[in-house]
Amino acid sequence: MSDIKKIKDDYLNKLNNDLNIESLNQIKTELFGKNGKISNYFKKLGSLPTDERKKFASDLNSIKNELQVKIDTKLQEIETKEINSKLENEKVDVTLPEREFRRGKIHPVSQVIDEISSIFSEIGFSVEEGPDIENEHYNFTALNTPDNHPARDMHDTFYLDNNKELLLRTHTSPVQVRTMLNGKPPFKIIAPGRTYRSDSDQTHSPMFHQVEGLHIDKDINMGHLKGCLNYFIKSFFEVDKIKMRFRPSHFPFTEPSAEVDIGYEIKDGKIVIGEGNKWLEILGCGMVHPNVLKNVKVNPDKYQGYAFGIGIDRLGMLKYGINDLRAFFETDYRWLNHFGFDPLDVPSNYRGLSR
Amino acid sequence: MKFTIGWLKKHLETQKKDNELIEKLTNIGLEVESFENLSSSLDSFKVAKIVNAEQHPNADRLRICDVDIGLDNTVKVVCGAPNAKKDLLTIYAGPGSIIPKNNMKLSVSKIRGVTSYGMLCSESELNLSNESEGITELPTGKYSDKIGKNFFKSNTEKVVDLSITPNRPDCLGVRGIARDLAAAGVGKLKKIPLNNIKNNGSQKIKVSITKDKNQGCTIFGSCLIEGVINKESPKWLKEKIISLGQKPISAIVDITNYVMLDLNRPLHAYDADKIDKEIIVRNSKKGETFEALDNKEYKLGDDMCVISDKSGVLGLGGIIGGTRSGTEINTKNILLESAYFIPRSIRKTSKLLNIDTDAKFRFERGIDTHSIELGLSKAAELISEICGGKISNFDIQQTDKHEKNKIKFNVSLFEKITGFKVNDNEIIKILTDLGFEVSKEKFELNLKIPTWRPDITQPIDIVEEIVRIKGYENIETLQPERTKIKDTLNAQQKLFHFLQRSVASKGYFETVTWSFTDSKINKLFKETLKEIKIVNPISSELDVLRNSIFTNLTFYIKKNLDRGFKDISLFEIGPIFKSSKPGEQLTVIGAIKSGKISRLNWNEKERIVDVFDVKKDVIQTLVEAGYDKQSFFVRDKSPSYYHPGKSGSIYLDKDEKEPVAYFGEIHPNILKKLDIKTEGLVGFEIYMDYLRENKIKLKDLKTNFEYSDYQKSERDFAFVVDKNFKAQDLIEIISSIDKNLIRSIKIFDIYEGENIPQDKKSIALNVTIQSSEKTLEESDLEKINKLIISTVETKSGAKIRS
Repeated sequence: MSDIKKIKDDYLNKLNNDLNIESLNQIKTELFGKNGKISNYFKKLGSLPTDERKKFASDLNSIKNELQVKIDTKLQEIETKEINSKLENEKVDVTLPEREFRRGKIHPVSQVIDEISSIFSEIGFSVEEGPDIENEHYNFTALNTPDNHPARDMHDTFYLDNNKELLLRTHTSPVQVRTMLNGKPPFKIIAPGRTYRSDSDQTHSPMFHQVEGLHIDKDINMGHLKGCLNYFIKSFFEVDKIKMRFRPSHFPFTEPSAEVDIGYEIKDGKIVIGEGNKWLEILGCGMVHPNVLKNVKVNPDKYQGYAFGIGIDRLGMLKYGINDLRAFFETDYRWLNHFGFDPLDVPSNYRGLSR
Repeated sequence: MKFTIGWLKKHLETQKKDNELIEKLTNIGLEVESFENLSSSLDSFKVAKIVNAEQHPNADRLRICDVDIGLDNTVKVVCGAPNAKKDLLTIYAGPGSIIPKNNMKLSVSKIRGVTSYGMLCSESELNLSNESEGITELPTGKYSDKIGKNFFKSNTEKVVDLSITPNRPDCLGVRGIARDLAAAGVGKLKKIPLNNIKNNGSQKIKVSITKDKNQGCTIFGSCLIEGVINKESPKWLKEKIISLGQKPISAIVDITNYVMLDLNRPLHAYDADKIDKEIIVRNSKKGETFEALDNKEYKLGDDMCVISDKSGVLGLGGIIGGTRSGTEINTKNILLESAYFIPRSIRKTSKLLNIDTDAKFRFERGIDTHSIELGLSKAAELISEICGGKISNFDIQQTDKHEKNKIKFNVSLFEKITGFKVNDNEIIKILTDLGFEVSKEKFELNLKIPTWRPDITQPIDIVEEIVRIKGYENIETLQPERTKIKDTLNAQQKLFHFLQRSVASKGYFETVTWSFTDSKINKLFKETLKEIKIVNPISSELDVLRNSIFTNLTFYIKKNLDRGFKDISLFEIGPIFKSSKPGEQLTVIGAIKSGKISRLNWNEKERIVDVFDVKKDVIQTLVEAGYDKQSFFVRDKSPSYYHPGKSGSIYLDKDEKEPVAYFGEIHPNILKKLDIKTEGLVGFEIYMDYLRENKIKLKDLKTNFEYSDYQKSERDFAFVVDKNFKAQDLIEIISSIDKNLIRSIKIFDIYEGENIPQDKKSIALNVTIQSSEKTLEESDLEKINKLIISTVETKSGAKIRS
């Protein structure tokens, strides 16, 4: 008994030393190998007298277990240490740059169109579109602007033929005409799109974007027009209050007509919409002229409603502080990068127009 | 339309402050563009004295003058006027001044090597007279003690500039503006004082209006004023004319202009002695010519309304007079014309001849048909007052009575349109103040429309009159209703938005470029499409509508490369045009990529962009949009602007007629022609109109969830095929062997070279085999293995590589 206890104590001592995997294996062999010290005692068990055997076997087993556990623990210890030291050697400089990624951008005009669509969707408008090339009838005549009307001079039109029959639409209003001709009232649409006038300076560009609005039903009056635009402007500029002014004006296709100004002030060189005592003209609107309704086979005694036209680029300029309209269309990579939007920033009514 | 507040008050009795009047103007639809002291720009013109004048060393005709402008030091001015002599009193304009005649802004400039600080002005440059020979000579007596003082008296009166909409010709005269303001409650419209002229004798020049078809003139009123002495206008009149930015000419001309601006009643004065016998208002005949007061010779077409005499055309009625019969400073007898010309006729003629005058601007908008006599008498009164003379009776030739138009107006329409109520009495007052004759009949008003309001033709116009005078602020703001009639976006629009963001998410910057482009660039991309020319382009570089989305993209990629960017990814989604007919346009996505991938990246090898980069982008975009990649079919045909060997077209499936997309390297010739400098340029196009609508909705797709839990096996093969054999065909052969078992096929190596015949290549692929019914036995796998090899070998002539 004292022999095996001595073995135990000796080896437990050894195992407490700093060992590597080889010396641990050596110890294992010395104890439990074929001729190992503990193995040998087990072999001797059979030759012991019966009354001693039981007690000795029990002691031997417990010593064996104790040593075994110690060896296992030690083994784990060594393995952990070795992995740790291996991982330590594999360390990379994680401050090195990641692999290349490219982030795309959505043009501000597209973003603003999506914002506008989202806002009007909330109050039941659907989106219609029309061709960029129009004939003179849809662009002017059907909109109560006959050939001899001086209002035609307000539009510097691009023509595609010498008879001035075919042209690039000067506004999105022909979509009104097409929509009403192809359907039956009620109508509740917006029509965003490209528009063209032969004019070019800091605030005019030969191509720009407009959104047309049209709501025709039995009892739509100027109060609805005011309400709709008030809601739109507030939502678009993401403000709670907006100062708005409706001013009488003239468009051949609406009567009465109005231009709408919104209040603003300049704070630290930036335009702040909704406050202040300066006025900024942002859109034209009015009640659709009975002549227009007649032209599209809608009975003006039964149906009435409003229409409006807003400059999309201009809205974008005001909201996002863009100074030069022409820059929208000049494809300067730096400009696109700065004013463009992440494609995942999809304006919607539940997550909001913008971050 | 410009006027001064003082002038307005000749027609409007009001106690209101200027600012209140200004605000009211805007509120009733007469938009105020500006309200400012006109004199400010004239303050820079000083009385000055030339203290010394010497010959310019480098120019015979120029003199260098030392000019006393009332400061401690004189200034040097180079002057070309022959009368620029020592001791002359004249008018000096310093740097920054704007010359009224041509709106030119002066700056310090070197003239033949000598620096000149400002300018000495002629009378013509200051619009004082037509005198352009030499600089102004001011009388010593009056001006010698005024050196350095402003030449123009500071005019404290402010000038209002209104932007008058085309429907309101009546407000092109000060009186019309006053009338609107009075109706809006800020004052009272004054009566036009009755004048006290005596008409003596008949108008001796016979006037007739011919009965031509589409005769553009319906009334021609005239009177003869004999024995006038034409002269410079008196100061008050000159100042009025100048304050509106116009140039005084002579009393007679200034008076006709004054009456036009005051009452919106254009007039014309003829030198009666230059009229050959009689006045005939008739249609022109093609080829007739006359010299107009703008000193241009006009060649007329058929049927333009002209005023003529026995010798020929005197002028274009309502547009411009002629030099032959124009009044001059020595004119003795004048014939004054006050006529009515039909807007349509005016517009047509002026457009054809490209003439724009104040008279034309007014007549084409519609002049008061009942203002003929008022105009004659106002002008005759002023002429006889200033120039003397004997006024004849008025001669009025008229082919149309121009009776006042009538409208029945149901007052309920007002509330129906505006949403608020105004009581009948107030409505009647507003309309009466605007000049309507109103009588009430139950709920209806019988209205006679004032003749100065040609824009008012139907009841809705009456609603506008009432609401604008009452004020738009009275319209309630109603909460918008949320009822929806239709889905916000249709399928095509949804796809548009989806594709737009899908392409952007692959690292492309969206751009928006003109729908027009340079025909020279367009030619490179238009293929068989017809060039669509713009008749009046904004510039010769934007002269056609684009036939391809790449025209502008390549142009702008060059611009950005020239800015120093190298690795650019751009796209645009927008229209391209097939013809000049409305609707013959396609919506196309064009994307383009230049330079390298992973340029200067420490852990990835950089490489030039290639055809498979854009193929990945286009395929992934289509797949994201819901199209089934399994049925895509790629052909190696593509438009000529792609590299013929490194481009292709994608069909949604093999049987489709039109490809939905092209992709590839841009043809090196294009890069050369456009001088694009980059390591590589690749691109793709998606034709949205050829993408069929996905009928299978997400909810249908999702409900059908099938998968197999049985074991997958993978087998690798390498086939040796002809060099031009397409990988797509190989995949199709294998996948059609057993669609149930062959789950995926991946090509992992293409090899040409050693051990492979020269005209062959080896395609190595990995096939995943899985059954949805059972775990496949080794024998099943062996069977399919053999089937793959034998089918490929028979169908493609390939050999399995051992």
